[in-house]
Amino acid sequence: MNEPARQIQNVSVEARGVRRSYHGQAVLDGIDFKVEPGEIFVIMGPSGSGKTVLLKHLIGLLKPEAGEILIQGESVNTPGLRDKYRMAMVFQSSALLASMNVSENVGIYLTEHKLMPPREISKIVTEALKTVGLVGVSDRFPSELSGGMQKRVAIARALVIQPQLVLLDEPTAELDPLMAVAIGEEILKLKSNLHATSIVVTHDRDLAFGVADRIAMLVNGKILFVGTPDELRKNPDPKIQNFIFAELLIRRYQTHERIT
Amino acid sequence: MFRNIGEIMIMFVQTVRALPLAWRHRRKVAVQFFEIGNSSLLMVCILALFIGGVVALQTGPVLVERGLSYVLGGMIGLSVCKELAPVMMSILIAGRVGSAMSAELGSMRVYQEIDALETMNINPITYLVLPRLLAIAIALPMLVLFSIPVAWMGGAVVAMANHAISVDFGSFFSDLRDVVETKDIWNGIIKSFVFALAIGSISCHQGLITLGGPRGIGRSVTKAVVNSIVVILVLDYFLTRFLLMVQQ
Repeated sequence: MNEPARQIQNVSVEARGVRRSYHGQAVLDGIDFKVEPGEIFVIMGPSGSGKTVLLKHLIGLLKPEAGEILIQGESVNTPGLRDKYRMAMVFQSSALLASMNVSENVGIYLTEHKLMPPREISKIVTEALKTVGLVGVSDRFPSELSGGMQKRVAIARALVIQPQLVLLDEPTAELDPLMAVAIGEEILKLKSNLHATSIVVTHDRDLAFGVADRIAMLVNGKILFVGTPDELRKNPDPKIQNFIFAELLIRRYQTHERIT
Repeated sequence: MFRNIGEIMIMFVQTVRALPLAWRHRRKVAVQFFEIGNSSLLMVCILALFIGGVVALQTGPVLVERGLSYVLGGMIGLSVCKELAPVMMSILIAGRVGSAMSAELGSMRVYQEIDALETMNINPITYLVLPRLLAIAIALPMLVLFSIPVAWMGGAVVAMANHAISVDFGSFFSDLRDVVETKDIWNGIIKSFVFALAIGSISCHQGLITLGGPRGIGRSVTKAVVNSIVVILVLDYFLTRFLLMVQQ
């Protein structure tokens, strides 16, 4: 099948004038940004602003109507690009293979590319599952797991790939706060250990400000802002402030609910 | 429609190109083969038995009336192995297996499992389509080969037991042996092989292009089965003409 990916330490990702519309309505309206090699780039924005569609364009699952996506300077749709670089994506829905048990799901990349013998794969899978706090579930099927557990299996599957580029779509949704912190730490480890480039789509403000080197705000298919977390906090744009402020309000409301 | 035909042809060519990797996926082929064979064997048996029986029931009295009862075995023998077994079994498999293939791949498409495979550089054609197409291409001709003698038996039993026919086993099979040649059985097997490729390709393609949720999966299954049956019947005509031309 495919040859194992060459070991190039980190990759850059660039979106140039990416446009996409559905039923005549622009979902991505001229997206431009560059993610530097080894950077953790977080994309935030309200629901329906096109974050997931953008992520699917970045990994080549969707083709833009105009513009292009470049991975290390090459179009993401170049044949053989995925043989060169190890990429992984954690889907919002987890996208685990329903016909496989947890350990088969986590080890699928290594098994299918025949990167190592089954015993070693089994060890790595167990280790990855431990990292995401899952023990004793390797024989279970995805349908037997909760949404949060499925998400953790999906993250373990991405970790096993040791990706040079990892895309995470709402990685902490459905997770408890402790596990969300653990996932944040794993994203940071990917950077420090593998120098992986990470692109994270999230609503989780704590995760975004905790891990991001830079944050992009996507509103109505347009990038409103790209900068460091500090620059984002200080940005006077009311749309950006409203989004961050709303997040705080929701948290206060949730705390109030718990108290009463 | 033409777009779909084009996409199916491209997918088929990609699958054929991936054939050298088939050995690597032998376990998946074996699993699919077992599922197709195991799930369909009993149905094939029942269908074949009754097809043979009903052909004998319809034609037997007419032939007996005209003093042609001695051709009954040969007629049923030929019609079963050249036409009825490959076509009817293929239709059965289109409903039984084609629907399952399109539902499974459709559900994998809708729930982003195929997207996940693509992001991990696992080619869905090699990983999903190749094992299914190979398994059905092996299993359907084998099922047809199995169904032919069963249908003959069905015909022979009805021919013997029905008072309006009353052709005994010995003369039925004696005539059948005189008329049916090995090439006639090959005829049915070749047809069923082509039908299997059509069912597999149409069903896998329909699964892979599924859109929407459960309703989309349902639509894909219906389309896969209906299109497969139509294609089987159309192909049958052209294959019959081709095979007749080759045999002459």
